[in-house]
Amino acid sequence: MELTRDEEDALHGRHGEAMETAYRVLVATGEAMGAAGLEEVSWAHLSGVNYNTIGEAGARFLADMAARGTRVQTRTTLNPMGYDARADHGLPGEFVRGQEGIASSYESMGVDMSFSCIPYEIFREGDVLPRAGRRVAFAESNAAIYANSVGGLRTNKESAFGALAAAIAGKSPVAPPEDPASVPTVRLRVDGPTDLDYGLLGYFAGAAGSQTVNLAGAAGPMDHRGCKSLCAGMGTSGTCSRFALDGQACGERLDFGREERDGALDSLSTAETGDMIALGSPQLGAGELAGLASMIGGASFKKRCVVFCARASLEAAEAAGDAARLRRAGCELLADCCACLTPLISADDVDSVTTSSVKAAYYLSRSNGVGVDLRPISEIVRGEAR
Amino acid sequence: MRRTIVAGRATGPVLRSAEPINFLGAVDAARGAISDPSHALHGRALRGTILAFPHGTGSSVGAYTVYALKANGVAPAAMVCARPDASVVSGCAIAGIPLMLDGGLCAGVRDGQECTVDTVALTAVPA
Repeated sequence: MELTRDEEDALHGRHGEAMETAYRVLVATGEAMGAAGLEEVSWAHLSGVNYNTIGEAGARFLADMAARGTRVQTRTTLNPMGYDARADHGLPGEFVRGQEGIASSYESMGVDMSFSCIPYEIFREGDVLPRAGRRVAFAESNAAIYANSVGGLRTNKESAFGALAAAIAGKSPVAPPEDPASVPTVRLRVDGPTDLDYGLLGYFAGAAGSQTVNLAGAAGPMDHRGCKSLCAGMGTSGTCSRFALDGQACGERLDFGREERDGALDSLSTAETGDMIALGSPQLGAGELAGLASMIGGASFKKRCVVFCARASLEAAEAAGDAARLRRAGCELLADCCACLTPLISADDVDSVTTSSVKAAYYLSRSNGVGVDLRPISEIVRGEAR
Repeated sequence: MRRTIVAGRATGPVLRSAEPINFLGAVDAARGAISDPSHALHGRALRGTILAFPHGTGSSVGAYTVYALKANGVAPAAMVCARPDASVVSGCAIAGIPLMLDGGLCAGVRDGQECTVDTVALTAVPA
């Protein structure tokens, strides 16, 4: 990989220790992907925020970086953490102290404390969202896929350290053009696809490709909820960083019909019913909160229903009155965290969880060790709210 | 083609996996072992090994797991992958775990064999 004089200096520690660490990551990543060089990024989005996932070793690493005076060079947002900072969940003190340490390390580095996995949604307006075609560095997989596929931005599917390095250096490596022969086409052959069908389509397609997957027949009926579900499903099963809708591709051709849908569903849905309901992975935006409130109407959930959303979306829903409607319907609204990898859902309390999210299903089953009842959102509301 | 990603030299027994490894979901960073019961290497210890596997998969946060293995003193001595993925590459870069790409070696090396890997000289010599 070609480095400028200044980048060479940074790699050899002449711009300080933090910059040297960042460049070590950028150069290794760039060499591995066959990048020609580094390019400026106008936004970084970090993963590695939840104490549940990065643990004590990760928390200490970030505290060391912060103590060395490390500052991010570009606008930087971050993923959800383990819980809602403004609610008392009765979590163990050790977890809360670890989580607070991580948050304060990021804050002292100059990171925007957004705690959201839907940066594309809460920073949609022109003042903060970079113009189309700009390069960004997103570690959250659903956000990277969204940014590349529908957001008009360009990003690698960054690792947690890759995005942090990009934030500190203000640059990231640019992957060489993809071989069109390695881009598979997946044709949607499910009639009247639900939000869950899009998630399962993403899960199936993500395992079929390595970078881009071309989707045929999906463009027409897909709404925003379906699109988020697709991005999250795709990010869960493989290494893909974007999809194209009805594009050109010369790789393998696969159908996603009833049989493939049922196969994916069977591998993820392990329980007949849930002891509780968890919605929001990715977190729900303000529009989805309003949509959910309308869907429920005057009914209410008869079991615990936790709705995970972004802080900014919750504030918008409070102002619009949707938050009050959802609480009246028995929903518990939590910000800053999401249905994946939160200590708030534990096998000590529940055997199984009902959700509409493919991503949540994957992690609830593997990491939280609970059964999962996976259903489309409309079916959950119809079956559980009376 | 053999390529250096993180420079270094290490000797140890080869731990070979035919399956990819999801570091966030399938590895216990405190004990330094594969913790996913559905993984072929379930229960096997990583410490001091030459870990040879096709590639990493899963969450971007897997990079922190690679780092945590090193911080906890239970990391592989070196890794050899068939194709690079961002989490393993960046995790090894931060942790200083030598990393080399070599698909042929990953497929051909015998599990348990003592091996010295030099990712700068690009050699892998059975002891």
